[in-house]
Amino acid sequence: MSLLTVHRAGPGITVQDMGRSGTLAFGLSRGGAMDRLALAEGAALLGQGADLAVLEMAGTGGRFEVDRDTRIALTGAPMRVTLDGANLTWGASHLLPKGAILDIGPVTAGAYGYLHVGGGIDVPQVLGARSTHLAAGLGKPVAAGDRLPLGTDVGGDTGLHLPQADRFNGGTVRVVPSLQTELFPQDQRDRFAKTRFKRDTRANRMGVRLDSQGEGFSVSGGLSVVSEMIVPGDIQVTGDGAPFVLMAESQTTGGYPRIGTVLPCDLPRVAQAPAGATLEFRFVTMADALEAERRFRAEIKGLPRQIKPLVRDPHDIRDLLSYQLISGVTAGGDI
Amino acid sequence: MTDNPAFPRIRSVGTDGLLVSFGDRLSEPANRAALAFRAAVDRAGWTGVEETSTSLVSTYLRFDPLGPGADALKPQLEQLLAQRDWTSADLPAGRRFFRIPTVYGTDRAPQLAEAAAVAGLTVEQAIESISSARVRVTTIGFAPGQPYLGELPKVWDIPRQNALTPTVPMGALVVAIRQLVLFSVTTPTGWRHIGQTAFRLFRPDSDTPFVLRPGDEAQFVPTAPEHLANMDADPDGGATSEAIR
Repeated sequence: MSLLTVHRAGPGITVQDMGRSGTLAFGLSRGGAMDRLALAEGAALLGQGADLAVLEMAGTGGRFEVDRDTRIALTGAPMRVTLDGANLTWGASHLLPKGAILDIGPVTAGAYGYLHVGGGIDVPQVLGARSTHLAAGLGKPVAAGDRLPLGTDVGGDTGLHLPQADRFNGGTVRVVPSLQTELFPQDQRDRFAKTRFKRDTRANRMGVRLDSQGEGFSVSGGLSVVSEMIVPGDIQVTGDGAPFVLMAESQTTGGYPRIGTVLPCDLPRVAQAPAGATLEFRFVTMADALEAERRFRAEIKGLPRQIKPLVRDPHDIRDLLSYQLISGVTAGGDI
Repeated sequence: MTDNPAFPRIRSVGTDGLLVSFGDRLSEPANRAALAFRAAVDRAGWTGVEETSTSLVSTYLRFDPLGPGADALKPQLEQLLAQRDWTSADLPAGRRFFRIPTVYGTDRAPQLAEAAAVAGLTVEQAIESISSARVRVTTIGFAPGQPYLGELPKVWDIPRQNALTPTVPMGALVVAIRQLVLFSVTTPTGWRHIGQTAFRLFRPDSDTPFVLRPGDEAQFVPTAPEHLANMDADPDGGATSEAIR
């Protein structure tokens, strides 16, 4: 079995996929990648299923090596990345030769970057998925010294580029009213929709806290409402008045009231908003939300058609050539 | 419940969920209705339903919003609701009674005195009241395998805290709004931490990863901190169980 060796790892690297279905009744939320669009982008670049497991890297990456020539793709938040010292393009697929060092540094925008490998990260499934669920204590963050098994690659081209939908600097996200929206007086809802929030530094796979100028948000009797179902995207207002957008590893039920629910297709924008980025919320009707979902799925289906051969920066080509001369390793097929 | 015309009530949850609620606060009939109605939805096996669950007083369905979505499922739900009075449904079969050793207060459970004060009780009265209550698992939720248990005497109708406690440990017993929650993971919470157990609710590597089920009953029996320390290695934390007949 082929292995991906982790020489160095940032604190927030986890194995992720689309998460679990059918465990909600047992209190285990779906989990899975924070930015599902990034999973689709990587799958399109490598021509494989979007259900294969990847490495999700929060804020910063790590240093990796493989023991067989491996196809990789880099998606989600752009990060500084080099292959044996030569710059690589983000949002693209590359060949990672056996023994070469892939070094992924901090994000240059956004919050979560993704490293996809041909065949996927083949750790065992637990309760129907490979994704680490930190809040549930299922799996642990990837650490230096880990050796992760790789699945069988169907094979295909590398050196391909996919323009990434911009979602790395905050912006406006759409919200539908949810079951508790009416608990908030109309003036609170209006103020919520007019507020420019800043993403707080407190954010993780469970939820993203939002800061705003002025007073917080509240409902009367808000601390004693009956605990109800929670879904990813729910915007919960806790006792101190600050909204939290609940994310992939959210709790499955909770009693703090929720003012609305972010559309699934806009959740990647919330996940990828870096600390300090501005986020605004706009209520839309259910009909508009379903139309947005339809368009989002069509865009995902159309991703393969947007893939273009990578145009290399001459600077990087020079580095790449020197790397090949020194190590004797080439992209294969031309020896 | 049946005399409140507002229930049962169907509401949307995000873009891909529907929630059928049998009350706006916890009650035994509403809880039984939610459990029985979910079982009926599962039996019906409607096209498009991807997952079902229950909360304290509601049945939840998740579906593909672009499949046979809410417009198709709502009439089916209404029809099923009309078939009977769900609030008089039986509890699930195969229920069990657990006795779980618990350290009340001390540095293992630092908010006992605070919770007792909010409830207007002395610490001794609070321990007596909670530890003598035989409570039922009304739902599993929030975290994996984690039970909500109720209902406690009226004096425990205390609100959640204004701010979250950053973390309470696995096995923590917390209280608010006439209910107990026994924590399956280390997590932030708005409930007050009054007791500590060594009972492991989520065992991902075992054949029964989720130990408790809705309908099970429990009593939190006082024990000394040094006894609990001896139970830390045992996933049951010294708890015993028997079938309810």
